[in-house]
Amino acid sequence: MSQPQLHTVAMESISIEFPGVKALSDVDLNLRSGTIHALVGANGAGKSTLMKVLSGAYNHYTGRIFVNGQEVDIRTPRDAKKLGIQIVYQEVDTALIPHLSVAENIMLDVLVNSMGRRQFVNWSEIHASAERVLQRLNIDLDTDALIQDLSLAQKQMVLIARAIAEETRFLILDEPTAPLSNTETEELFRVVEDLAYNQGVGVVFISHRLPELFAICREITVMRDGTVVTSRPMNGLTANDVVELMLGRKFEENYAKRPVEIGDTLFEVKGLTELNGAVTDVSLTVRSGEIVGVAGLVGAGKTELCKTIFGALPARSGQMLLRGKRLNVTSPHAAVKQGLALVPEERRKEGVLVEESVVTNLTAASLDNFTGALHFIRKQAERATARKVIADLKVKTPSEEQKVAYLSGGNQQKVAVGKWLIADADIYIFDEPTKGVDVGAKREIFDLIGQLAAMGKGIIYASCELSEILAITDRTYVMYDGRIVKELRTAETTEQEILYWSTGGK
Amino acid sequence: MLAKTETTRAPLGAQVLNFITKWGTVLTIVLLLVFFSIASPSFLTVSNLITILRSISIVTVIAVGVTISLTVDGFDLSVGTVATLADALVISFFVWYGWSTLPAIAAALLFSLVVAAINATLIVKVRIPDLLVTLATMFIFEGVALTYTGGGSISQGMPRLDGTPTFGTIPNSFKMIGQAPWIIIIMLVVVAVVHIFLNYTKHGRYLYVVGGNREAARLSGIPVNRYRTLAYILSCLLAALGGIMLAARLGSAQINAGAGYLMPSVAAAFIGFSVAGQGRPNAIGTFLGAVLVGVLENGLVMLSVPYYSMNIVKGAVLALALAMTYFRKK
Repeated sequence: MSQPQLHTVAMESISIEFPGVKALSDVDLNLRSGTIHALVGANGAGKSTLMKVLSGAYNHYTGRIFVNGQEVDIRTPRDAKKLGIQIVYQEVDTALIPHLSVAENIMLDVLVNSMGRRQFVNWSEIHASAERVLQRLNIDLDTDALIQDLSLAQKQMVLIARAIAEETRFLILDEPTAPLSNTETEELFRVVEDLAYNQGVGVVFISHRLPELFAICREITVMRDGTVVTSRPMNGLTANDVVELMLGRKFEENYAKRPVEIGDTLFEVKGLTELNGAVTDVSLTVRSGEIVGVAGLVGAGKTELCKTIFGALPARSGQMLLRGKRLNVTSPHAAVKQGLALVPEERRKEGVLVEESVVTNLTAASLDNFTGALHFIRKQAERATARKVIADLKVKTPSEEQKVAYLSGGNQQKVAVGKWLIADADIYIFDEPTKGVDVGAKREIFDLIGQLAAMGKGIIYASCELSEILAITDRTYVMYDGRIVKELRTAETTEQEILYWSTGGK
Repeated sequence: MLAKTETTRAPLGAQVLNFITKWGTVLTIVLLLVFFSIASPSFLTVSNLITILRSISIVTVIAVGVTISLTVDGFDLSVGTVATLADALVISFFVWYGWSTLPAIAAALLFSLVVAAINATLIVKVRIPDLLVTLATMFIFEGVALTYTGGGSISQGMPRLDGTPTFGTIPNSFKMIGQAPWIIIIMLVVVAVVHIFLNYTKHGRYLYVVGGNREAARLSGIPVNRYRTLAYILSCLLAALGGIMLAARLGSAQINAGAGYLMPSVAAAFIGFSVAGQGRPNAIGTFLGAVLVGVLENGLVMLSVPYYSMNIVKGAVLALALAMTYFRKK
């Protein structure tokens, strides 16, 4: 192969807004082929959004994009592909067709876009081309195998193969290693390094795992709150430098946590392992009145931990004790009966019933308290309680009969929390409770959690927002790769330290 | 936010459309009544109205069962077959074994629960989609009913297929069930009881919650699978009751007698969705849906539309009901 030609991409003052949020403001980014460029930032910093702009997923951004010095207009994925810009998203399953073969999936774009007027598919040609692409990546994979029989790592390889099946100058990988094991990650690195350093492809590598960025990337761009903080060669940077660049000042730093007397051990988890290993050998304790944080990056297993404790994911081993009494949690139904409550992360999908009224939502977990003879619902009592909760939590709704779909995100979340206030649990598990709510609602949710702690409840607060963990917890566990890697006293730690452990520090 | 500002501006067209989706069923019934009374003088007589109610009572009872399966976001296609099976069982108990009314009815209802158990197991445990499971059991139990009867019909005094003479009789108390006013009263009681059950009890509330968002329901601690099973048990029981009413009305067990009830039942349940702006399966809406289908059928017969063309009209009504339900969802 001859020396590959040098290509460049320059993005200039890119801005994009979504309803209520300015996701990117005046972002500049320069990329060149033949290297691996790390793109990092805390959650919500705008990394993925910026790469989606470059790959044509949005058409309502402002700013200019130049490829090899020439201004181009990228408004659709097809525009980007024509310029040789390909992206592989983290959710590989959404981009693959499970019951078609490896060859068909690799050559999908070709089959869709380059058939012209031809009506018949030349299968031997398709398989031969797919085979050539796989050879170029040096991957041993049967082109006849069906996607549904492959492992996650193999599926990712198929997507990379699809990306380079057509002319590729730039390849964007959005958190490709999050779901991979160590050996799978090494295999991916081998492929990506070969593509960049030997075949002259420009690779953009989004990841939360700092050690791996230092292993393979030569350039780095750090983003924070929709802007670029720095863009420079990797040389001379340490992991601590990157962590500091990623962090910014936020409202949580001024939040005064309500002081609560912490009592005896209320809840214990010992050696909990999820059936498929998404959570491995987790032990933790919660004392009465204590807010215990579970910190970790997206994909660290926080949600899985919350769900496994709550019985929503099956446990392989481990035990849980409430006030020293062993719990038998085989389903959420059993969990609720034994005094656990979970406010799940995916509010609209899991937390509230959007098509039902506020009152139905609020009493969904405790309807037994509102039934009389023959399980008839005592509607008066139900409504009265709902009104009280609406007033207590300051839920903005015209009436308790309003459909939850019409409430704002923050108010929906208050309903999701209010449901468990009525159910009167002992342990409250919050999984990213402030996701997608505004600052005002965030403060109210914090206050509410503080009140629960003051009542002597035990709180587990899982979040990837480190500033929140620092603002309201008493003690925090840090998760990485499904395990608890560190226990920290909140008063004695810093965002840097938590982030250090969350990114796989040792 | 966007949708909200649009509704506050509510152009006249949207308001009219909204009114029609809410009250379209009732409106259509009224219009049909007016139209048929003008077209045929004998239409709007007490005896004919009773005929209509009698003719829809079996459909309504089965359709209310379908409605319950719809509340959990399921779909029971096996109701027609269950009706056939219950019909064959209850008549055979009388004619072949000489049982009396109550034990025969109780046994037929109990046997139909086998279908419910199989449906629920395959749907809840094996996780096959509802539609496909009940399609399979529909065929299986059609075959079971035919095999049980020996591929023929059963009626009083008729020897069994192997030539054994039969001596049992169908009690008059049982035949009463198939006559007005009893058959109509049974229908109205079923509609009222299910309406109260769905709207005023804990279990009804849970059925809707499970159907609205299974995962959210599960994470609220509701035993989701138990309620999905309950829905299939109830739909099966009501289908069997429909089959028993059919047996009482015909006084015999015919081959695939219940099959014809599936389509109008599904139509009635879907028409019922939008009645009074409920936007979800409900018993009273289903009853009105059945009335609509019944009035249409009766009126068309009076206008001498041949029976073999009737399915065109019934199918079109179902399509229209579905269009109303799904168009609104957009």
